Amino acid sequence: MLTKQYSMQKMSHLDTLESEAIHILREVAAECINPALLFSGGKDSIILLRLAEKAFRPGRFPFPLLHIDTGHNFPEVIEFRDRRAKQLNEHLIVRSMEDSILKGRVVLRSEYQSRNAFQSITLLDAIAEFRFDACIGGARRDEEKARAKERIFSFRDEFGQWDPKNQRPELWNIYNTRVHSGENIRVFPISNWTELDVWEYISREQLEVPHIYFAHKRAVIRRDNTLLPVSYLVQPKGDEKSENVMVRFRTVGDMSCTCPVESIAKNVGEIIAETAITRITERGATRMDDQTSDASMELRKKEGYF
Amino acid sequence: MNKNISCDGPELLRFITAGSVDDGKSTLIGRLLHDSKSIFEDQLNAITRTSHKRGMGGIDLSLLTDGLQAEREQGITIDVAYRYFATPKRKFIIADTPGHEQYTRNMVTGASTANLVIILIDARKGVLTQSKRHTYLAHLMGISHIIVAINKMDLVDYSRAVFEKIQQDFSIFADELGLKNVTYIPMSALNGDMIVERGKKLSWYKNLTLINLLENVSIDQDINLLDFRFPIQLVCRPQTEETHDFRGYMGRIESGYICVGDEVTVLPSGLSSRIKEIVTYDGLLNRANASQSVTLTIEDHLDISRGDMLVRVGKIPRINKEFEATLCWLSEQALDLKRKYLVKHTTKIVKAVVSQTSYRIDVNTLNHEPVDTLRMNDIGRVTFKVQQPLICDDYQYNQATGSFIVIDELSNNTVAAGMIFS
Repeated sequence: MLTKQYSMQKMSHLDTLESEAIHILREVAAECINPALLFSGGKDSIILLRLAEKAFRPGRFPFPLLHIDTGHNFPEVIEFRDRRAKQLNEHLIVRSMEDSILKGRVVLRSEYQSRNAFQSITLLDAIAEFRFDACIGGARRDEEKARAKERIFSFRDEFGQWDPKNQRPELWNIYNTRVHSGENIRVFPISNWTELDVWEYISREQLEVPHIYFAHKRAVIRRDNTLLPVSYLVQPKGDEKSENVMVRFRTVGDMSCTCPVESIAKNVGEIIAETAITRITERGATRMDDQTSDASMELRKKEGYF
Repeated sequence: MNKNISCDGPELLRFITAGSVDDGKSTLIGRLLHDSKSIFEDQLNAITRTSHKRGMGGIDLSLLTDGLQAEREQGITIDVAYRYFATPKRKFIIADTPGHEQYTRNMVTGASTANLVIILIDARKGVLTQSKRHTYLAHLMGISHIIVAINKMDLVDYSRAVFEKIQQDFSIFADELGLKNVTYIPMSALNGDMIVERGKKLSWYKNLTLINLLENVSIDQDINLLDFRFPIQLVCRPQTEETHDFRGYMGRIESGYICVGDEVTVLPSGLSSRIKEIVTYDGLLNRANASQSVTLTIEDHLDISRGDMLVRVGKIPRINKEFEATLCWLSEQALDLKRKYLVKHTTKIVKAVVSQTSYRIDVNTLNHEPVDTLRMNDIGRVTFKVQQPLICDDYQYNQATGSFIVIDELSNNTVAAGMIFS
């Protein structure tokens, strides 16, 4: 029925995922009254910024960037965050947990405990302060079991809560963005991307990422099969020793709980190779008793940011 | 200046698995993830420990798709989960839906974005009512590729006769529905036969393994490639120094293709113009195809806004204030003919009422039953009246312009999924 001339050029998976994300971002811009894009300086939100450029240039972004700063972020990531926002000439709002602590909104048991779990309080305060009705985030479904079941447009009630048993059905690519006053929607344009897709896209788009994603020598402590980066927050206990190891971070977050993996990947290409390694070395060998390499085990281990 | 979209890298295929836990659905998904090396070491260790704890000899791959803690405690599954795996040839997204309760609602949701469905059949049980129900729903949602996976062949001694009997039974039903692309594969998800590896026991089966089939099925024509449909998402007017006169129409080409210079009609106004530029962040294009998100500029100054649609001159969709649709009701609150709802169709939201319910379809028998409402998991034929006209095609010719969702104006919940039929 179709002549060759009419047949569609095949789209690669990255093109398909990119186009899906652009469509999602434009739906947010069109239907939500006051959205914000959560930008932490991490790789997933770096991708969101490129997708927003693709969605809205030559116009400006129809939303500000918002970062919830735990006060325990890696300094190079914060530096990168500010530089990237400036490069794009887009408005960056930073709300910090320090303020929430000073106001008594966040109460910590110790100065050094992980602040990851408390970010949501500062986030919800920021949402209330600016009356954001939609927050665009870089979470992906391959990260975690709960995320695998979350919608692209994920409804939150007036307390910011997600109810997995009571989600809106999401069909085709017709998104329901409607909320009542005080409620909001979290939007995840790269829901369908995997970690490998993210690195392949960073490579294709030649996106800059903070240096801590690449292999570097860092003082770490080995504890419970993980490597903890030594900082003013994390110091050796008992007979633990600090040692210098070649590592890279797979995720960047709060310094007290973000652990690097051993790696020699010094550029994006080498990270892609490491990320894909399980498939490469095991292709063709499909039996259950196959051994995956030690490296891949370590690489896979620390997934689960958010 | 002209950059064509890159087509290097693998394509994406989305599929759904239909069947209950008893058919070995979770084992099949676990097997695909495991044998394609998409399981991470720590996940595998975790389910190995659990399998041993439960006193099983091997590893129970179905544990891989176990979800949230709440689900495991209660032994239930909460609607659709999405899973990802890849081979060098393709990337795959599986919509994994639970088998029992609320099946229609979940399967319809998962099927709405799928290119392909795997219907699982237990070789010992043959074609059951639920197999027919799953197949009908896949057909209703317009999935054009159907794989009938006849599983648990290990429990029927890998018997060719059993496989052929089931194939025969199923094909009678498939013919009734008018299904074309149906492929039958015998397999044992438990032992991994004919999934990624061929195994040794099914040597009489000469066709592709499941993974080979998933890698090679042609999905080029799943989208309507002929009729250009471009629903406007946003109008871009930056009004900066360099882009003072720029007025771009942002959206995604839902079907067909467009080239610079092509004549287009703006709907619903009916005015015409020509495509001046196809703008992307990566540069201007001469031609853009279905599924691409682009920004279009046109030769003339016309009044165009979100919800309007650009189409090719001569290939015009229908413009309807009243239409018939098949509805899948998704909400616990039944359809109320006295109430107004919102319909979201392409990029347009309009007020709507259901003026008539013609019948409900019994998904087990496919019989039509007269009804005056639709309840959760019901599928029925209704007539809609909308406040402003929709620019639409029949779902079977164009999914993007033939589908819509129904939103409850009070709760803001999505209460139904609809497909337009004339």
